Amino acid sequence: MINNAKAIVKVDSKDAKLSMAHFFVAFGALAIGGLMGLLQTLVRSGKFELPFGIGYYQILTAHGVLMGLVLTTFFIMGFQYAAVSRTAGPHSSAARRTGWTGFWMMTAGTLMSGTMILLNEASVLYTFYAPLKAHWIFYLGLTFVVVGSWVDGIAQIMTYAKWRKNHPGVPSPLLSFMAVINTVLWIVATLGVAATVLFQLLPWSLGLVDTVDVLVSRTLFWYFGHPLVYFWLLPAYMCWYAVVPKIIGGKIFSDSLARLSFILFLLFSIPVGFHHQLTEPGIDPAWKFFQVILTFMVVIPSLMTAFSLFATFERYGRSKGATGILGWFKVLPWNDARFIVPFIGMAAFIPAGAGGIINASNQMDQVVHNTIWVTGHFHLTAATSVILTFFGISYWLIPHLTGRKLTKKMNKLGIIQAWVWFIGMAFMSGSMHIQGLLGGPRRSSFSTYGDSKQALEWIPYQIAQAVGGTILFIGIILVLVIFINLAFFAPKGDEEFPVGEAENSEERAPMVFENWKLWLGILTALILFAYTIPFIDIIQNAPPGSKGFRTW
Amino acid sequence: MHMHKLEKIWLILGISCLIIFLTTVGVSAFYMGNKPPSCLLTIDPEKVDQQKPFDKPGLHKVEGKEWDYELVYVAQAFSYNPAKVEIPLGAKVKVIATTKDVIHGFEVAGTNINMMLEPGYISEYTTTFDKEGEYLIVCNEYCGSGHHLMFSKIEVVKK
Ligand code: HEM
Ligand SMILES: [Cu+2]
Ligand SMILES: [Cu+2]
Repeated sequence: MINNAKAIVKVDSKDAKLSMAHFFVAFGALAIGGLMGLLQTLVRSGKFELPFGIGYYQILTAHGVLMGLVLTTFFIMGFQYAAVSRTAGPHSSAARRTGWTGFWMMTAGTLMSGTMILLNEASVLYTFYAPLKAHWIFYLGLTFVVVGSWVDGIAQIMTYAKWRKNHPGVPSPLLSFMAVINTVLWIVATLGVAATVLFQLLPWSLGLVDTVDVLVSRTLFWYFGHPLVYFWLLPAYMCWYAVVPKIIGGKIFSDSLARLSFILFLLFSIPVGFHHQLTEPGIDPAWKFFQVILTFMVVIPSLMTAFSLFATFERYGRSKGATGILGWFKVLPWNDARFIVPFIGMAAFIPAGAGGIINASNQMDQVVHNTIWVTGHFHLTAATSVILTFFGISYWLIPHLTGRKLTKKMNKLGIIQAWVWFIGMAFMSGSMHIQGLLGGPRRSSFSTYGDSKQALEWIPYQIAQAVGGTILFIGIILVLVIFINLAFFAPKGDEEFPVGEAENSEERAPMVFENWKLWLGILTALILFAYTIPFIDIIQNAPPGSKGFRTW
Repeated sequence: MHMHKLEKIWLILGISCLIIFLTTVGVSAFYMGNKPPSCLLTIDPEKVDQQKPFDKPGLHKVEGKEWDYELVYVAQAFSYNPAKVEIPLGAKVKVIATTKDVIHGFEVAGTNINMMLEPGYISEYTTTFDKEGEYLIVCNEYCGSGHHLMFSKIEVVKK
């Protein structure tokens, strides 16, 4: 008993409070965003119309912003803040103050942009492509969210830096290292979106300038848009690499390789935004292809990750006496929500990754670009792999932070939730993929396109999406029930924050991994190489700018 | 840093596949001409109607070029001009399109004609229509409240 209590290292209770504050916003966004998602699928089925003159694109904007930007950013910042506190020690009061400042800035920004969406002043979708012109408060709110997230992230960096100072020559704790990599990735990536919002869209929506350069704005946006998805993914990888091994009772396959793969993700996720702009005019195809090559470099750390995870599982299985090629598979803890929920997420990443290879390839992209296939794709990556892993994290992290326990009943409900999600997504994402291959466009309300034969063929798939959406919405209700239980009602107790240990604890990670000057230097060089010439081209060959339009 | 032997083999295999894959994509793009639409021509988005070839949207026979026809589209929220064209079966056609207002998509559903139309830029794609039938052009980039009502039709007919 005493031993057990000692083994549990708690996140400092003041840090826990700030983490929880993030989670309340994140799960609030999930609740509202989930309802919007359901409504979208119902409208697209053609059997349902929105009441009170609410527009389809208004709720789609809300869904994209709440799910893609708010839920993810708040959850990730809350999780990483706790992970750094757990592994590098409690945040100083200065770092904590910084964290709270960032949190409130992000929250204020969310409310500003959210209000404008509610008022139908900003139905421009979460990508807000110019020359669609939203209310300036919408852009100002986004600025607050982004700058707030920088401030929030700096709290993690401060605590990491303090740890490094107190432990010269020693590699930092793995989870802290990973959190800081992701924060750095985020800061470097958001410079692009901050630039277009601050220097182009905000002055333009305020009427200070008349026109905007559309391609410059899009290029800055996509400089941010691709690393955005790695910002979502890396916290899930933190869980897979460094938390899941502890949950199953195994070891981290290799601490050094885990660090190396995170560095490679940092380097190869940013200078690649053109792969979202493959079908657009004004960009030289040679530069598009160059960025396609850089895009595919992430295959290398992805392969490393897959290998490490399966090696961890297999070694654990063998240590339990499993034999044969797949015997280890059976002995994994299938009844533990903390394991199986992220595991289903990992499994979804296999088809999701394959789809991603198609999207990023020059020619194949032409078949699927901006079809509903793409929406199907990222509901597998983000809305399944990443989100289920986040749910799995919540099932131990929320009770850990609130001083409660995950009960048997909630554990079971968590497992049911994951299967409900999986089934709902199989319907929704599966039919989106097929409809996309048949040419069905994304971001589109119900339409028969003048009773076109092709468009009529899409409708059964849209009905299947509504079936999937309904099942998914049940999944949302279940996870909210669990969240509220763990935050307020679960019995008091000590829930562990699992942190894995490396299999070979003598082998220390090389210190070069923490050489930030080196990695930031290489990153800067790659970005400059991939973007300087095409960007100068884009500016030099720019057509007359566009004035703003309000077409909703 | 130590790397397991199996992991080395795994990575070498993986990276080899990657190189083969990228070479295929690259060769296909630059030697076989399967590049994504990337036209570098620009235009004043407020004077689209006055400028060639957008002053005469529709299908035009051309001589002495690598293609037989030019098919010119002007997009604006929420329609394409022309709303319907007939193309003779087997014709090699250069599609030339631009937008007068916001960003639109130009996708001939079920084919690989798929490009973005951005204000100030001209988008082009050359292709051969070698299957008879009706084709639907949809706008696949959000452009406003009528986005899903924005379409045009192509009829490929034997002549
Ligand atoms: C109840 C669960 C969900 C349902 C039913 C749902 C449904 C949908 C549908 C139908 C669309 C596309 C509509 C269109 O293109 O016209 C969509 C878009 C989107 N969803 Fe979800 N979704 C769900 C959960 C999520 C989650 C958890 C995330 C994020 C992690 C997410 C992120 C997005 C994003 C970013 C878009 C793109 C919006 C845009 O194109 O502007 N969704 N969702
Ligand atoms: Cu991308
Ligand atoms: Cu449109």
